[in-house]
Amino acid sequence: MNDTAIQVLWTYSPFVVMLFVAGLYCMLGTYNLIRVLIGAELCNKAVTLLIILAGHACGNLALAQSIVVTLLAIEVVLVVVAGGVIVCLYRHHGSLDVRNLRNLKG
Amino acid sequence: MTMDLFLLVFLLIAAVWTVMAARLLASVIGFAVTSAILTILIFRLNAPLAGVFELSVGAGLIPVLFVATIGLTQRLTREKLQARRTDHLRKFSYLPLVLAVLAVLVLALSRLYLPVNVAQPQPGVETDPRVVLWNLRHMDILGQILLLLAGAFGVVQLFKEKKG
Repeated sequence: MNDTAIQVLWTYSPFVVMLFVAGLYCMLGTYNLIRVLIGAELCNKAVTLLIILAGHACGNLALAQSIVVTLLAIEVVLVVVAGGVIVCLYRHHGSLDVRNLRNLKG
Repeated sequence: MTMDLFLLVFLLIAAVWTVMAARLLASVIGFAVTSAILTILIFRLNAPLAGVFELSVGAGLIPVLFVATIGLTQRLTREKLQARRTDHLRKFSYLPLVLAVLAVLVLALSRLYLPVNVAQPQPGVETDPRVVLWNLRHMDILGQILLLLAGAFGVVQLFKEKKG
């Protein structure tokens, strides 16, 4: 691996970690279901950037790009299905607060 | 590299705004901006195909789905919004501090300049992402088709009218 690739890796990697932690903080610090989903998507963005970065560092960008395309399809389906679940839960409970979802509590 | 650093800082600012905005719609707009800046970064890393997908899906489709979900659920009064804003700021005020500590830690690690060992590609490695996607990764395509089917059912559920 040449020096430029190492420099790019070290420039990007702190931001990738911070982006992931921001998403994680968003998921952990809230009770709102939609905000949890937004946090998960932010984590997803960090992973996308990391995959492209890894492909760039290894010189195998073609594989990295094809994996990112698959990841994006998964991302959309995640949002759609989770959105459907959230709307259903809202219609049943009248709220998006996870503390109100106690139906399955043993 | 300076341009990359600027873009990365903007990416982080947009992400922090996404997390800290009290209104969900503002959060979603922040998310779309994050995706758009990420697209520029992906283009700068010589991955145009992934960049185009990221722009159309990440900055276009996903925010629309979020807005649809918010529109189908949220009904906030002004008082509730104000209460939520105060509560939200209290909960998320530590985020910039956490990120700053994390940045210092990672930068300290990078100062050590740890040697990174990455496997080098074989000389005959395929460089066209389209060939890799269609010819070498059949199972991914199959998985995507199944997932999109699941997504179609999700859309049906999302926009289904309530009975009665």
